[in-house]
Amino acid sequence: MRRWKITWLNALAHLGAAIPLAVLVWDYYAGNLTVNWIQDVEQRTGLIALNLLVLSLACTPLQTITNYRPIHYLRRPLGVWAFAYAALHFVVFSGIDYGWDLSLLSEAIFEKPYALVGFAALFILTPLAATSWKWWKKKLGKRWKRLHQMVYLAGALVVIHYAWVVKGDVLRLQGNIGQPLLYGFIVALLLIMRLPFVRKQLVRWRGDVQGWLQQRRGLPSEN
Amino acid sequence: MDDPIKSVPVKSSEITPEHVYMNRRQFLKAIGIAGSAALLAACGVKPEVTPAAGATQAATLEPTPEPRLDLKDELGEAANDYEAITNYNNYYEFTVVKQDVARMAADFPLSPWTIEVGGLAAKPRTFGMEDILKLFPQEERIYRLRCVEAWSMVIPWMGFPLASLLKAVEPKSEARYIGFQTVLDPDNMPGQAAKFYPWPYTEGLRMDEAMHNLTILATGLYGKSLPMQNGAPIRLVVPWKYGFKSIKSIVKIDLLAEQPKTFWSEIAPDEYGFYANVNPEVDHPRWSQATERRIGETARRKTLMFNGYAEEVAGLYKDMDLKVNY
Repeated sequence: MRRWKITWLNALAHLGAAIPLAVLVWDYYAGNLTVNWIQDVEQRTGLIALNLLVLSLACTPLQTITNYRPIHYLRRPLGVWAFAYAALHFVVFSGIDYGWDLSLLSEAIFEKPYALVGFAALFILTPLAATSWKWWKKKLGKRWKRLHQMVYLAGALVVIHYAWVVKGDVLRLQGNIGQPLLYGFIVALLLIMRLPFVRKQLVRWRGDVQGWLQQRRGLPSEN
Repeated sequence: MDDPIKSVPVKSSEITPEHVYMNRRQFLKAIGIAGSAALLAACGVKPEVTPAAGATQAATLEPTPEPRLDLKDELGEAANDYEAITNYNNYYEFTVVKQDVARMAADFPLSPWTIEVGGLAAKPRTFGMEDILKLFPQEERIYRLRCVEAWSMVIPWMGFPLASLLKAVEPKSEARYIGFQTVLDPDNMPGQAAKFYPWPYTEGLRMDEAMHNLTILATGLYGKSLPMQNGAPIRLVVPWKYGFKSIKSIVKIDLLAEQPKTFWSEIAPDEYGFYANVNPEVDHPRWSQATERRIGETARRKTLMFNGYAEEVAGLYKDMDLKVNY
């Protein structure tokens, strides 16, 4: 891999992930948030975090399908930014919404399931963000991979968290459930694509498609 | 004091709902008194664009009312401003995005509009909106509105007691409940195309709740006609219950012997009950109802029992377990 390509992709990921924050700050000062601006900030930071987490989860399966290695280098910036938005989401919830009122907060976090699963997801993402550097990857070795597989658990918890804050009932298929179901489907699909036998099948199909494309161009197949 | 509404008195000129004086103006125009608008303007009535009958929602063409500092509820809490009340709306028939409802509801055709009042009534009747405004004197009621999502506002409604309308159709003795229905018009309400909802929106009250003096049908807001995003042309307002009970854009009212099905309790019966009284001690299963954010404030405030109307309405539920009948 050429160094500059990685650098550029990295920069692109950081820039793209920072844009929603810039828009949020702009909207705050321009008065574009709703009259319930605290909730607006909570909802926006939550949704941005969810989207970035899904994008970071999509990197490895996308790389499997396309065999385009640089995608791999987007994973860390997207994941770290997802954590940053999740942390901001938590700070706004605890600090601005609940004014660090510990009795209200402990009631919310430990008695209300939506807050509990959201908090659990952030709890998982924190060590992942902290150990996302190469240094930690080398130091932890095999354990690093196992630790970072926890990101799927975080993804599932975040989707449940989302489904539980909107007015709908996923189990009864009633109410405002379209988006939570969509995110749930995407996270499940991305997880399935990583299962070894599915992954092998995907690689085989990729080879077939590549071979077929090369034949059409009249080139000798690599395989 | 017998009157449970202890809001500050307002001048009668301020009370006259705009859609009522609008009709007067159309009348004056019809009989050809030129310059009547100028005359009204000279009397201190703001010149406004008179919408053609059946045209788009008038409120979007009208200037925003001046903030009125005299608008306070009986607890002394100031009314939220018109901008906030008309740009932060839960109206899933249009969209679940509260700040987008005003824009999406702006072109809804409101005229003609009729409300069919029937069921167990001696004199069932279909009212046109004009009949309603003529038959029932409109008054200003400044109420707190507490959403089940834990935010609240203070809103100066124009309206009249639901009891007046019910008395006009003469309820039969078997009538114990009232059922309400919102207009079903998916062509003009894109949200009604959404799956997983039992459209049209329905709500219900027990007869004694419906006859209570605090329960009103609202036709205006801030002395102006009700904007579509707030439930034009006529909506229910039951201030001691969560906002979703106060059904918008009503086309049908039924007097019933049995408790009717209601929209949110069909979607999630464990979460949204038939009574839905504001109660800080009975949480929504997924979030707390102990506190709320008054729109315009940063810190949360404690939610009041029956939204602060306990003195007036607690008696309606004195033999009931409110944890069971949530």
